[in-house]
Amino acid sequence: MKRAPNITLLPDIPEDVRAAVLDVTTRLKDLPGALLPVLHGIQQALGYVPEISVPLIARELNLSRADVHGVISFYHFFRSKAPGRRVIYVCRAESCQAMGAVTLEKHIKQRLGVDFHQTTTDGAYSLEPVYCLGNCACSPAIMVDDELKGRLTPERFDAWLAAEKG
Amino acid sequence: MSITVYVPRDASALSLGAEAVAEAISAEAKQCGADVHIVRNGSRGLYWLEPMVEVETPAGRYAYGPVQLEDVSALFEADFLHAGKHALGLGPTEDIAYLKSQQRLTFARTGIVDPRSLDDYRAHDGYRGLEAALRMSSADIVNVVTDAGLRGRGGAAFPAGIKWKTCLDANADQKYIVCNADEGDSGTYADRMIMEGDPFVLIEGMTIAGLAVGATHGYIYLRVEYPHAQRSLEAAIAAAETEGYLGDDVRGSGKAFHLEVRMAAGAYICGEETSLLESLEGKRGQVRFKPPLPAIQGLFGKPTVINNVVTLASVPIVLDKGAAFYRDFGMGKSRGTLPIQLAGNLKRPGLVERAFGVTLRELIEGYADGTASGRPVRAIQVGGPLGAYIPISQLDTPIDYEAFIAIGGMLGHGGIVVFDDSVDMAAQARYAMEFCAIESCGKCTPCRIGSVRGVEVIDRMVAGDAAERERNEVLLRDLCQTMLCGSLCALGGMAPFPVLSALDHFHEDFSGAAEKAAT
Repeated sequence: MKRAPNITLLPDIPEDVRAAVLDVTTRLKDLPGALLPVLHGIQQALGYVPEISVPLIARELNLSRADVHGVISFYHFFRSKAPGRRVIYVCRAESCQAMGAVTLEKHIKQRLGVDFHQTTTDGAYSLEPVYCLGNCACSPAIMVDDELKGRLTPERFDAWLAAEKG
Repeated sequence: MSITVYVPRDASALSLGAEAVAEAISAEAKQCGADVHIVRNGSRGLYWLEPMVEVETPAGRYAYGPVQLEDVSALFEADFLHAGKHALGLGPTEDIAYLKSQQRLTFARTGIVDPRSLDDYRAHDGYRGLEAALRMSSADIVNVVTDAGLRGRGGAAFPAGIKWKTCLDANADQKYIVCNADEGDSGTYADRMIMEGDPFVLIEGMTIAGLAVGATHGYIYLRVEYPHAQRSLEAAIAAAETEGYLGDDVRGSGKAFHLEVRMAAGAYICGEETSLLESLEGKRGQVRFKPPLPAIQGLFGKPTVINNVVTLASVPIVLDKGAAFYRDFGMGKSRGTLPIQLAGNLKRPGLVERAFGVTLRELIEGYADGTASGRPVRAIQVGGPLGAYIPISQLDTPIDYEAFIAIGGMLGHGGIVVFDDSVDMAAQARYAMEFCAIESCGKCTPCRIGSVRGVEVIDRMVAGDAAERERNEVLLRDLCQTMLCGSLCALGGMAPFPVLSALDHFHEDFSGAAEKAAT
């Protein structure tokens, strides 16, 4: 009987995903504890870490697929689904609560028509909760991608959103 | 001659429009032909005045704030470049009372220097601690840190010198210095301010730690919510490498020290030291059993010193000025100074570095001048989401590790969040349990399951009648006891603090909706 070749069969994945993953793993896989830097690199390139890329990441780093999946699912920051064009992180922590974050959070959800972990139907914004942005002296705070905003009110949020939409 | 204008690049200042202000000043200066050199400094920590613009004059720096984009042309009209009078004028920066009364040791340079300039760092006494350390033996460096009485500023308050001694005494071919920059507690931003405003002091502190224990590699584990700090640290590390402060041969000593920044990924638990090490190793951030201590078997199984940003950033001044200088600040077993972060509902939130012993009242009524809303203070959470809620009857408690333990709280990383009388303390207690449930690493049952049950029990208390509330309060206190005694780390082990303190000091907020309607 002919033996199967000793390689793991990988599912077909889109070429851009494969290229992005291999670009990152080639650069970073020899770092000690490389998995988090690799996942950051992939998420930076693609906006998320596609589930379909897990076997390839695992093979390149010589880990099991369970290891890779376990790490992606453990950390709030890593996403398995493509986000909206911009990600809005709303701080839910105590300092912001003391300055009206609960009202602000309700307002933003209503204005965008989404709950946390969801993306608006036009694909423009994803909404995520965050527990402290270190902007506690200027509460309440949100971050849009990596742009921090402080002393935010529902009115100022609306003004920003209107300016965004031009 | 060109005039130097300071516009902070601190993330909080940017969040209030500092970038637009800097651009406008630059454009306006060009238009009126003024020779202006803009330095993007860190923040002085007077956050109600941010964006705070300073101008260098022969008589020292003059401050204006809070400056918005639309104020810039008026500032030019008022000739602020020569300290001209304007409604936003604050006078000489050093004379601002909030700043003048502080004892800034760790934050001596933050907000003053250009964080991208190694020359500026050296011109402000930078790298003097390292120069001193390079003339000393490892054991002597550890002794100085021990004698200074420096305790871990991340929250656990463990003596840094003892940790270092354990690591120094461990035999290994490789040791590591890890900086815990996963500043996740709400109400805290001191780490961020240092990393953005004076990154070289952290690099210097870590290098000294490396010399002290014989470690040649350091990692800064930085939270992903701090992209500004990442840029600042990476620029500073590159500059330090170029000038031989990092690398294979630190300042010609023949000793190596390499440093890199690693980004976290949004898990609060990774601020716990063993979980942080797991994460650095590329794994799920699950807490390890102790022993073995990280100082003996830490990162990749090697002896590792793991300290918080403020702890490591306090090391250079200890080495420069000596143990006695640092130890002379403070009270009891809490020696030196603590950068206290005032946050939440306050008129003047900001950073106050003072020797241990200053009281909550001085901080909240003095420095911060009461609430932003103008309503009375009702509850104060000290030490982040796992810290107790303190009622105003305890406002005279001094900032001291032991004094806070005595009132059933903890100082933690020195964050103080103030709530006015509109706060619903049952909702805050529920949030504490909810947060623990979201952020639990899942390894131990009291934390993983207890926090979920905690939310449910509080919901039943608030929804039910008096009898239901009493039954559930017994259950909640019992659950808290289990979590306090049975959790593997501080997350499950301290999440009951805010819950129990809310029950003890603000019991009336737990009255059921039915009862509230009846009264």
